[in-house]
Amino acid sequence: MSATTTPILETTGVWTLPYRGTVAMACLIIAESSIFTIFVVAYLFYIGKSLSGPTPREVLETPIFYTICLLSSSLTIHLAGKLLERGKRIAFLSLWLLTIVLGGLFMYGTGQEWHRLIYEHGLTISTNLFGTTYYSLVGLHAFHVTVGLVMLCIVLIFGLAGRVGAEQSRRVDVLSMYWHFVDAVWVVVFTVVYIVGR
Amino acid sequence: MSSDVMAIQSADVAGRSWTGVLHEWVTTVDHKRLGILYILYALIFLVIGGIEAAVIRIQLMRPNNDFVSPQVFNRMFTMHGTTMIFFVTMPVLFGFANYLVPLMIGARDMAFPRLNAFSFWLTALGGFLLYFSFVGGSGLYGAGNAPDVGWWAYAPLASRAFSPGHSSDYWTIALLVSGFGSIGTAINIIATVLCMRCPGMKLSRMPLLAWLNLVMSGMVLIAITPLSAAQIMLLVDRYLGGHFFDTQAGGSAPLWMHFFWIFGHPEVYILVIPAFAFLSEIIPVFSRKPIFGYPVMVAATVAIGLVSTSVWAHHMFTIGMNSYANGFFAITTMAVGIPTGIKIFNWIGTMWGGKIQFKVPMLFCIGFLFQFLIAGLTGIMQAAVPFDWQLTLSYFVVAHFHYVIVGGILFALFGAFYYWYPKMTGRMLSERLGKWHFWLFLIGFHLTFDVMHVPGLLGMPRRIYTYEPRPGWGILNLIVSIGALIQAIAILVFVANLIISYFKGAKAGNDPWDAWTLEWSISSPPPAYNFATVPTVASRRPLWDLKHPEDPDSRYD
Repeated sequence: MSATTTPILETTGVWTLPYRGTVAMACLIIAESSIFTIFVVAYLFYIGKSLSGPTPREVLETPIFYTICLLSSSLTIHLAGKLLERGKRIAFLSLWLLTIVLGGLFMYGTGQEWHRLIYEHGLTISTNLFGTTYYSLVGLHAFHVTVGLVMLCIVLIFGLAGRVGAEQSRRVDVLSMYWHFVDAVWVVVFTVVYIVGR
Repeated sequence: MSSDVMAIQSADVAGRSWTGVLHEWVTTVDHKRLGILYILYALIFLVIGGIEAAVIRIQLMRPNNDFVSPQVFNRMFTMHGTTMIFFVTMPVLFGFANYLVPLMIGARDMAFPRLNAFSFWLTALGGFLLYFSFVGGSGLYGAGNAPDVGWWAYAPLASRAFSPGHSSDYWTIALLVSGFGSIGTAINIIATVLCMRCPGMKLSRMPLLAWLNLVMSGMVLIAITPLSAAQIMLLVDRYLGGHFFDTQAGGSAPLWMHFFWIFGHPEVYILVIPAFAFLSEIIPVFSRKPIFGYPVMVAATVAIGLVSTSVWAHHMFTIGMNSYANGFFAITTMAVGIPTGIKIFNWIGTMWGGKIQFKVPMLFCIGFLFQFLIAGLTGIMQAAVPFDWQLTLSYFVVAHFHYVIVGGILFALFGAFYYWYPKMTGRMLSERLGKWHFWLFLIGFHLTFDVMHVPGLLGMPRRIYTYEPRPGWGILNLIVSIGALIQAIAILVFVANLIISYFKGAKAGNDPWDAWTLEWSISSPPPAYNFATVPTVASRRPLWDLKHPEDPDSRYD
């Protein structure tokens, strides 16, 4: 059998397939959504089932300002991506930096809230069911924000070194998909923890 | 041209020291080598898991036996289940997917070769961690070493109070780590199938194996992750003093059951869909007919994928759900039978009127058809809630799911080994040894798992380490154990065949089965770069088009 490597040639038109980075990130987002779903279900299931205090109503304060920070960072990263596509690198970098600052502010807010809960109200992950589910869900989200921030910082460092141009635009868009996802998850976590859960 | 490639490769290998070769294999990012690594890794664990099964069967061979202690028995069935699902079946299927999907769609490699290597080594680390528990599991407490909480580790058995030491932690972390590996591979397969197809390879022309692995990977994304989430919760409970599954602080044990089975049942379909994929490639070739009902096969697979995500609580009919929940899960469970039945009819439709060649791969596939049907039927029996109330946690259930996994998935896998081994090694597996393997395994399988239904019906619970002498129990269990011995002999024949044929097997050539998919167009084993020129396809059977230019499939496409 001397079958050759080229089966029948056919004059097809342009053969285009989706970008693998986008597909992979979409898959990762599906997988992550599934993880978050389980944590959200656990949170909802355990609302009001704690046998001892403190309860969410007593100790939680709605973090409106930090939520606005995180949600608006979705807008800045989107605009940054658009600017990069058009080759405006300085404008891209400044909006990128702004995104990091907004994300950092959000993390500061979470840290402050946890500090207050732990030191003022004595609520830790082992205090009661509320503590267990709250720190797990919010912590899982905060972990994802942290990972996102690290990745954003890596892009920033490469950008400052002059290595990020319009030709990297597709890759930057993949990272920005992740960041949008982290923001979208916060909308769910916020609803569950600060609205439904109280 | 292809023989030149072979010559260059063997010349290269001859000049290298074994450390050099080892280094090459450890650092490889080539999808073919990683595929083979997955398969070898799984075969090693198959032997380990098989030894654990043998210990279980020797212990249960006669009433009041004391071959092992109850503690060791618990470890054996826990490790057997965990090993066979996570470190045999998953990796071997990923191995075949890794090896075959890029070749079948005319790609150079997977979409993310380094992620591919990373996923494999995560899985390997998971298996290592699980077995390291035998050494490191007891920790400071002097408690039992290997995990002994069953492969589903129900709460509160897996909590600190009832599972001291570190054995459950090794189990948790092993599954978490290998789960991340599986997610990485799934992402990789989806990206490969969607983004790396050669020109002309539309989704509607893709080999069914690629389609079915695409669906399987999609299921991995949504089904393995709940297990990862539950494992994280278990770690929070065990290490940070959390209360997710701590009933004394208001936590819920059934919640763990739900989370586990939200993973656990789709997992069965994650395992069986690649087995379907093997059948969908092998049966047409040995029936000398194209697959019957290609679009329906794809649709049925997607339907199985969707429906199987909403059947999980049929594992939990006895926990006291209300009748609406029981009814819902009974109906969805029975509904899965419909697309599965469609697939069985399509394979029979493919064989119908074909010139069937009873080579070893085909024998295993025919075995699959009969046995998977019976496994499905006992599954539907147990979907009926009152019947399940009677038989849950009995040996009937054990017989049922081994019928699926051994009689179905393992038979399809053996078929795949005999079918693609020539492509992977360049040598044919011996047909004579293959037939011995098939018939011995078939007899052993039926002795073990047909008979095992009966003690279940008589009321023998699963996971008991011994039993009183009751009418029938002793002799039935003895027959089951003898069947296991025959299966073990068959596996030895198989391993011997793999080793002997690697050195002495007949040369395979590019296309020993006169098949139609792209992997058979290149040399065996394929060169590192797969295709010298990017292939272009115009139909579902590109090699048929090439061999029969007077009547190509593309004319009817």
